[in-house]
Amino acid sequence: MFDQFDALLLARFQFAFTLSFHFIFPSFSIGLASYLAVLEGLWLWTGREVYLNLFKYWLKIFALAFAMGVVSGIVMSYQFGTNWAVFSDKAGPIVGPLMAYEVLTAFFLEAGFLGIMLFGMGRVGRKLHFAATLAVAVGTCISAFWILSANSWMQTPVGYTINAAGQFAPQDWWAIVFNPSFPYRLVHTVMAAYLTTALVVGGVGAWHLLRERANKGARVMFSMAMGMISVVAPLQILAGDMHGLNTLEHQPAKVMAMEGHFASHPEGAPLILFGIPDQEAGTVRYAIEIPKASSLILKHELNAPLNGLDTVPRENWPYVPVVFWSFRIMVGLGFAMLTLGVLSLWARWRGKLYDWRPLHGLALAMGPAGFVAVLAGWVTTEVGRQPFTVYGLLKTAASASPLEAPAVAASLLTFIIVYFIVFGAGTGYILKLMSKPPHRSETGPEAGPDHPIRTAGITPAPSVDPTRTLGVEA
Amino acid sequence: MTPVLDLPTLWAFVIAFAVFAYVVMDGFDLGIGILFPFFAPGPERDSAMNSVAPVWDGNETWLVLGGGGLMAAFPLAYAIILPALYAPILAMVLALVFRGVAFEFRWRDPGHRRYWDFAFTTGSVVATLAQGITLGALLQGIAVEGRSYAGGWWDWLTPFSLLVGVSLVIGYALLGATWLVMKTEGAVQDHSFRLAGKLAIALIGCIGLVSAATPFLNGAYYERWFAWPQVLFTAQVPLLVGLCSGMLLVSLMRRWEYWPFLLTLGLFALCLLGLGVSMFPHVVPNAVTIHEAAAPHSSLLFMLVGASVLIPIILSYTGYSYWVFRGKTGHEGYH
Repeated sequence: MFDQFDALLLARFQFAFTLSFHFIFPSFSIGLASYLAVLEGLWLWTGREVYLNLFKYWLKIFALAFAMGVVSGIVMSYQFGTNWAVFSDKAGPIVGPLMAYEVLTAFFLEAGFLGIMLFGMGRVGRKLHFAATLAVAVGTCISAFWILSANSWMQTPVGYTINAAGQFAPQDWWAIVFNPSFPYRLVHTVMAAYLTTALVVGGVGAWHLLRERANKGARVMFSMAMGMISVVAPLQILAGDMHGLNTLEHQPAKVMAMEGHFASHPEGAPLILFGIPDQEAGTVRYAIEIPKASSLILKHELNAPLNGLDTVPRENWPYVPVVFWSFRIMVGLGFAMLTLGVLSLWARWRGKLYDWRPLHGLALAMGPAGFVAVLAGWVTTEVGRQPFTVYGLLKTAASASPLEAPAVAASLLTFIIVYFIVFGAGTGYILKLMSKPPHRSETGPEAGPDHPIRTAGITPAPSVDPTRTLGVEA
Repeated sequence: MTPVLDLPTLWAFVIAFAVFAYVVMDGFDLGIGILFPFFAPGPERDSAMNSVAPVWDGNETWLVLGGGGLMAAFPLAYAIILPALYAPILAMVLALVFRGVAFEFRWRDPGHRRYWDFAFTTGSVVATLAQGITLGALLQGIAVEGRSYAGGWWDWLTPFSLLVGVSLVIGYALLGATWLVMKTEGAVQDHSFRLAGKLAIALIGCIGLVSAATPFLNGAYYERWFAWPQVLFTAQVPLLVGLCSGMLLVSLMRRWEYWPFLLTLGLFALCLLGLGVSMFPHVVPNAVTIHEAAAPHSSLLFMLVGASVLIPIILSYTGYSYWVFRGKTGHEGYH
């Protein structure tokens, strides 16, 4: 019994660890693929060389991030079976086809057109190349569609019956794919990916502006990124609020944990800004609260009653401190992004977008904020739906494989070592690329005499023939 | 022995197809990783790598389809087989992580190229060995109780599973060598011919050993292979293997360029057919049939609609990409 508990905890940790690493790459490459499509489209439309140079600059980074997303994704597709066999048996008939559709509609599409996108500029016409870039960008979004559909179904399961073997058998695929929380989750996650990318692009732009204020590429990328943030950050806060209301409707215990509402508030619930949740005692210590504000946000009415976790059986509580804090990190960063967007609008209005150094400093500091916010948001939603894998129906403890703790411990240790070596090196290479300023005649990962042609992945900058440019004369 | 073509059977064929597509496509590029130490650093290695560079990423996607398809179509089998083969499967995915990024990083970081080359080879060998062990362990049977795996976490390790693992390493290496025979010229091609000759003899020996051992793993296999009058059909498999092997050796001696690769693929196809004869209609030998493991009808149908439209499309653009990169590879890449 004790062993089993250990194996379960280790399996959960392994899943969280591998998924966190994996999730970083798609949340960057979804936004970056779209950004690349926009850059190439602008280049075709305006003919301005700076867009082409930026396209090539970010293409090299995209290639690396994409490759790491692929290899870490292969791990995920097998982990459902190795560590979560009972879940796979029971939920496989519903989750499996959704993921199979992801492979069939998205993975193959991306793998098929990435080659042309990375190396095809000199080989195919401009329009065909742009079509390939669009195909990859669309592929990343299709991928998000299916994965979020599967994840949302696990959070808000509908459209199934339970068959004689105890499996979830699909009844209505339309209802399953477009389950109640799916639209909110899809919009919120895809916008998060766009924000993450905009923050990275903005951070890189700011870094180069701080060192070389006249760099044209840096100016354009900084301006585009700040524009994106000032539009998307407020929309994202709105989408997050709507997602929260949807969660309150379908997964109330998660919202109670996010808000730190252990007790019910029949006459209007306060908004707890900060405090230390005590799971054992069922209270938030040292709470700083705004009276009635939680009711106002969640019910749009000051005195609306809100239930607390005291209405939920204790064995069905999520672990509140983690959800409470990860939620605050996500929301805090969201408002920081909004601030950055507003400041950049003000600077743009005053004509100081490229000269106001504190803004550049702030943008640089916020460069990685998207990743942190995405991971915090993911922790909020996944820990918040505990103790279930399929919400309200299948407990996490009943989902795991019949494994012995040493097996899970050994594999976890191996994962940690391998991931830190591999993704450490990869991140190092990406940072090295970002540390170089964008310039005229930027070279893409085109094949040249001394290096390979690739359909996926990267070609090293040093071996790229500097005399050869892609499709256009410098 | 006349299978009714219902949905579960159809899906068994789709997944067998995905597995074969994976072997056809990723087998040779893993093989090139296995053979990497036999090639000199510099132009030889670069040329070998360039020959698979444009296609390997798409190749590996078939493995994801195989795993994902198994979960979707036969969730019970997926839930039993993966925990039973915990160690080899995790070793495989981790090896593929290393191998995939080594492919990426070795060009970017000349100072550490030796280490990334080592990672590329080790990743390829470990991934292949693990795939072979997985297959061997599946064939020898898995302990099942109720709806889950009931054995220990070292049950997969037996002389038989190791034999299958080593055989697959030799087999993929042969695929890699014959692919290079087809795609290269000059010194690399000569080198590949020599390697292919030795590997072909080794592989034929391995197929003999595995085939001889399999019918005795359990009574049902023996029955399926040797029962009268079925033996009239099943006997064709070893006969064809013999024929294919003979032609392979001849083609290598006469230095034909395309046939060695195709005949090696033929051997793989026959081995898969033999595997089918041994196991059908079970998906977990002696324990679970494809009908018992199959997902509900609505799941199978929902996916079949997509698969029947999308797989031909995928095959056509994959074919296009191979066509674009047709012809001999130099170490200078395609132009």
